[in-house]
Amino acid sequence: MSNYLKDRESQILTKGNDAAEISCDKKSLAGSVSQRACVFCGSRVVLYPIADALHVIHGPVGCASYTWDIRGSLSSGPQLHRLSFTTDLKERDVVFGGEKKLYHALIELIDKHQPKAAFVFSTCIIGVIGDDVEAVCRQVTKEKGIDVIPVMSEGFNGTKKDGYKIACGALSKLVGTNNDYTPSKYSINILGDFNLAGELWILAEYYKKLGVEIISCMTGDGRVEQIRRAHKASLNVVQCSGSIMHLAKEMKEKYDIPFMKVSYFGIEDMSEALYEVAKFFKDDEMMAKARELVTNEISKLLPALQPYRQKLEGKKAAIYVGGAFKAISLVKALRLLGMKTVVVGSQTGNAEDYKLLKDLCDEGTIIVDDSNPNELSEFVKLTGANLFIGGVKERPIAHKLGLGFCDHNHERKEALAGYVGMMNFAKEVYASVTSPVWKFVK
Amino acid sequence: MLLRHTTSEVKERKALTVNPAKTCQPVGAMYAALGVHGCLPHSHGSQGCCSYHRSTLTRHYKEPVMAATSSFTEGSSVFGGQANLLQAIDNIFGIYDPDIIAVHSTCLSETIGDDLGQIVKKAQDDGKIPEGKFVVQASTPSYVGSHVTGYANMLEAFVKYFSFKTDEKLRQVNMLSGWVEPSDMRELKRIAGLMKLKTVLLPDTSDVLDTPMDGTYKMYPKGGTTREEIVSMGDSMKTVAMGEWATKSAAVALDNKCKVPFELTDVPIGLKATDRFIQALSTAGKVSIPECIAEERGKLVDVITDMHQYLYGKRVALWGDPDTLLPMIEFLVDMDMKPVYVVSGTPGKKFSARAMEILEAKVPEAKVRNGASADMFLMHQWIKEEPVDLLIGNTYGKYIARDEGIPFVRSGFPIIDRIGHSYFPTVGYLGGIRILERMLSAIMDKIDATSPEESFELTM
Repeated sequence: MSNYLKDRESQILTKGNDAAEISCDKKSLAGSVSQRACVFCGSRVVLYPIADALHVIHGPVGCASYTWDIRGSLSSGPQLHRLSFTTDLKERDVVFGGEKKLYHALIELIDKHQPKAAFVFSTCIIGVIGDDVEAVCRQVTKEKGIDVIPVMSEGFNGTKKDGYKIACGALSKLVGTNNDYTPSKYSINILGDFNLAGELWILAEYYKKLGVEIISCMTGDGRVEQIRRAHKASLNVVQCSGSIMHLAKEMKEKYDIPFMKVSYFGIEDMSEALYEVAKFFKDDEMMAKARELVTNEISKLLPALQPYRQKLEGKKAAIYVGGAFKAISLVKALRLLGMKTVVVGSQTGNAEDYKLLKDLCDEGTIIVDDSNPNELSEFVKLTGANLFIGGVKERPIAHKLGLGFCDHNHERKEALAGYVGMMNFAKEVYASVTSPVWKFVK
Repeated sequence: MLLRHTTSEVKERKALTVNPAKTCQPVGAMYAALGVHGCLPHSHGSQGCCSYHRSTLTRHYKEPVMAATSSFTEGSSVFGGQANLLQAIDNIFGIYDPDIIAVHSTCLSETIGDDLGQIVKKAQDDGKIPEGKFVVQASTPSYVGSHVTGYANMLEAFVKYFSFKTDEKLRQVNMLSGWVEPSDMRELKRIAGLMKLKTVLLPDTSDVLDTPMDGTYKMYPKGGTTREEIVSMGDSMKTVAMGEWATKSAAVALDNKCKVPFELTDVPIGLKATDRFIQALSTAGKVSIPECIAEERGKLVDVITDMHQYLYGKRVALWGDPDTLLPMIEFLVDMDMKPVYVVSGTPGKKFSARAMEILEAKVPEAKVRNGASADMFLMHQWIKEEPVDLLIGNTYGKYIARDEGIPFVRSGFPIIDRIGHSYFPTVGYLGGIRILERMLSAIMDKIDATSPEESFELTM
């Protein structure tokens, strides 16, 4: 593999050939065409789904423009989160400071929209010009009587992952602020499901059948009031652990709420999630309900998947997604369809996830951290993949190479979680991989 | 109602932009740089900027968009980004091997005071720029102007760096293109070809962001203005610059450096702007206007006259960039339509003045706003006060279109929910027919969908 940036070699390995562990959690090399984003992006995506809060972006216009309603985190009620609010800083603000502008913007917006809380995102230059965003937020909190929470997410201050952590910090300021709530016997918070294409609503149905109350889903169809009482839950069920683990850990320390990592993608992981939750509550009746639900769903799903599996058997897939934990579920889900994962990578996976991935994958699978289009294109050619699973920037590259594609990022149009999600996944993969359009490629 | 949060009462806002009708400079610099052959745009700032710009351009074009980043860290924000850029230049030439790196700055690198010129010079002195390779740089602070300003700054940087005057005058004309689509750039070249005129078009994103699918991935597609062509612009007879906001600074720079005079004209959208463009080309290249161009003009006029009964008096709201909005509203006014609301986030006093000049005689009630607080929220409030029959603008108008039930023609940047803009031009006379076709289809679809049964018409 001579064609890669030399310093990146430690971030690429082939199972079976390379004994060493993959190196990750590294800053991207300057000059790379990285697919990664920044700290602000990380914070923005975690907090974005809180639909009745005001999200104000303090900085020049771009950061607000590029993040205006680009994620399909659905809300069943308010749509305030889908608007784009920015202080739109100009040159004179950079010289004289933007605090006043921020203050006036907040006052005006809170008066107009009466949000339940407000998040103020600090972008790159705010840290440099020295605006005291925290002081402005304190002031407005005092005047308006709602929580105005600073999110100190200057883009350069780490990686997207650091942005997740900062967002968790912002959420934890809300958690525990409402004590007047009595939860039912079995209650959980869902952490790290973004309600893309309404996936949370699918999961909510399952939990309802088990008799479990969802007190809050912090990151999907979120509401400030629910987050305030989230500390009343008995358990935190965490998906997409990269983005929200910090909060789960903090709630464990602060409120002694245990957490478990789950994934809702694929039959195995989805069923495992339900069983684990039932096991946690040590309730036989709940376990029986979980078994019944799983049996019911699987008995319908497996035969329905069969025709797709027949067509997909032996096909090869390349995966490049945000977090490595999701990649693990995808490898399993693809196996269920008879497909083999030949390339797998993520923007921000951690060592633990990569180890799990390495254990799970077949010999010869290429595992990569923080990749770029050249590498990905080369890996795909090398391995003869038929399908690429990724996000917005990967799609056109895959298509140019003549590969089927499935968006497993925030631009997915079909729910991919749960049993119905597995079915949708199979259909989408099948439709794309076996599409007649690839015949036209020379 | 997605935009239920929009109140109809317009209140002046001082400190706030809601639903912006613009974005920041660097994405414009990136788009312009993609229109140069073998060039890799480079974003000198945090990683997110580059990622956001690539994503936005990818959504708009459904094409891979390549650009590198200096990947700023906390250290760079304190000690400056020189080390990052030097390392980046080294890495980029080492692995991605472009002919040219086009570096643009960001709000962060500008604010901490990085001097791109000095850093690039150091790279040169340190031998990090291989023989026959080039690094061009443009200052594009996000807190000044808009995406259009970034585009203009990058174009200016290219001509300043490369264009060179020799003793030999070339029988060719420079065309500086405003921010339009690859399809439009292709059309500009076709028109010049019809006039038997040798031209250099800068930038040229055709065959870069509309590439055919052939089962391979090419980091540097075949299109784009070549370095040699940009060098030769210094010996051209004249420059035709299309759009004051996007191209004037480059035209002036070329005039200053190489004494190539320029004519500033509008992006050729609609009848009159295309007339002026053709005239400008004809004068600049000292060629006559061929019959085939007159025929294309005649076709546009024919469609206008055939369909005018569906157009007159129609109230239209438009948003976008100054260089394309001005000829567009002129075109609408010429067809007796009423562009009543015009919004552009891009600042510049001349915009409102020129727009009102076009509008005052026939649409004195028109509201025009650009720069600070000229955003989609304001546009929606105006529409709520008094509705319109048609919306023309980028994808972000779809909320208003849906909430208010108004026919909507997508135009501008970004268009992230429809295709076509990469392939079907809206410049020139034939482009004018395309604009008409889309406006009429949108208006007529609504008539068909909402007319009572008894007045539902087969023939329209």
